[in-house]
Amino acid sequence: MRITLRVWRQKNADAKGKMEKYKLDDVEEDMSFLEMLDVLNEKLVLADEDPISFDHDCREGICGSCAMVINGTPHGPQKNTTTCQLHMRHFKDGDTIDVEPWRARAFPVIKDLVTDRSAFDQIIQAGGYVSVNTGSAPEAHATPVDKVSADDAFDAATCIGCGACVAACPNGSSMLFTSAKVTHLGLLPQGQPERQTRAISMLAKQDELDFGGCTNVGACAEVCPKGIPLASISRLNHDVLGATLTGARAD
Amino acid sequence: MVLTQQRNIVTRTWGSSVGKKFVMAVTGVIFLLYVIAHMIGNLKIFFGRETFDAYSEHLRTLGADIFGYSGVLWIIRVVLIAAVVLHMVAAFSLWYKAKRARPVGYQHKGHQGSYAARTMRWGGVIIALFVIWHILDLTTGTVNPDPAGGAYGKLVASFDRPVVAIFYIVAMVALSFHISHGLWSGIQTLGGNSAVKQHALKSFSIGVGVVVAVGFAIIPVSVMIGLVR
Ligand code: HEM
Ligand code: SF4
Ligand code: FES
Repeated sequence: MRITLRVWRQKNADAKGKMEKYKLDDVEEDMSFLEMLDVLNEKLVLADEDPISFDHDCREGICGSCAMVINGTPHGPQKNTTTCQLHMRHFKDGDTIDVEPWRARAFPVIKDLVTDRSAFDQIIQAGGYVSVNTGSAPEAHATPVDKVSADDAFDAATCIGCGACVAACPNGSSMLFTSAKVTHLGLLPQGQPERQTRAISMLAKQDELDFGGCTNVGACAEVCPKGIPLASISRLNHDVLGATLTGARAD
Repeated sequence: MVLTQQRNIVTRTWGSSVGKKFVMAVTGVIFLLYVIAHMIGNLKIFFGRETFDAYSEHLRTLGADIFGYSGVLWIIRVVLIAAVVLHMVAAFSLWYKAKRARPVGYQHKGHQGSYAARTMRWGGVIIALFVIWHILDLTTGTVNPDPAGGAYGKLVASFDRPVVAIFYIVAMVALSFHISHGLWSGIQTLGGNSAVKQHALKSFSIGVGVVVAVGFAIIPVSVMIGLVR
């Protein structure tokens, strides 16, 4: 396959970046998108040029590192698929593909396609946990969880924190990410004591970090590689409404 | 931890992005109820001049023994004005926050989300401008060719101008889009959505949007084709 790439190149956080064009004529359709970039980078190194920086780790769709916007869509054209799991057979011979970093004030570009996504860690630190006493693990059957809640909580827990939801959102909002964690913990008995303060604390943190506000456009759920449903946001809103009316406080 | 939660319910609500959305959802529901009542009232135009003018007068004498002439109407107006101000200030504040959240945009523009969802802000501005024109035209009569013609006379005189009739219809299409997304979005904002209900709620909201657009637009169309004279 012959592929023309237009990739965002930016030397460092302060530099002004721009799209650079690269031509590849030996792309195989069984390559993953990242392998295709590896091939390009090997060529760039041989030509004594700076290889394209991009994040990756597991390459099996579970770590959430491989952040890039492909032709305007985070993680590219295939539904429920991370960039590392996207294969070149989803493109046609002769295609031009635009590759850009996540765009959000809260995710500043470090270099090329690499962004600093530690803002997500701060949202989790603000409430994405349950407080339990240390010691030996409690007997699993002591706390019954109904099947539907267990399944829904598990589905919400599959969020890999990739940030595609923020990248796709026209408001640059992290609501789908935050709501996945609020749903995961809020459906389980262990998550109940902190349920309301969790919702407002995580929301306050994402507001403070300059993520935008949600207008329920749904772009997040369309691109989420883990299929986190848009309705999770309603669950977050529900807990925030409760906390707002009752005045729950975390301090 | 940082003290981010406020003691006072007003600052608590207004202080978070979702709290502002609660305000938009509640004020949106107020508009929607008003819009539906207004539409049903307007349809009395098809029962003739007497019925329509009597309805217009009835709105003013409604509850007059307690609130005085036009009293109830003024209460409704004050509530609506307060709702419009809150709805708009919240919308502009979230608009600003969204602009701030993405200082550098994409080179390759993707289009995720429905057309209605993506046009809430500019659509809302168009509706607000329309409402101003609409009041000057049919309520105060300032820009109406027949300001002394009574409710029926003003309406027919106004829609006898094709440009005005078409502008009115376009505004109703914008309102329809705004409701199609806004109603569903408001339910989601108030925590009423679930994965199971989502499809039904979205369809219902689109249905309400279409009914409202048709219910309003049928009047200028009827004037244009000579059904209402
Ligand atoms: C500058 C003017 C306006 C802007 C920027 C604006 C913006 C918005 C936005 C962003 C929403 C979505 C709320 C959400 O996502 O939950 C909304 C909802 C809504 N808006 Fe507006 N709007 C404006 C004016 C109006 C006017 C004048 C009307 C009345 C005719 C109106 C009626 C509605 C309705 C019925 C909803 C649905 C909310 C619900 O049912 O919960 N809007 N508006
Ligand atoms: S909700 Fe989906 S898109 Fe957002 S961070 Fe989690 S896995 Fe990624
Ligand atoms: S590299 Fe781990 S999810 Fe793609």
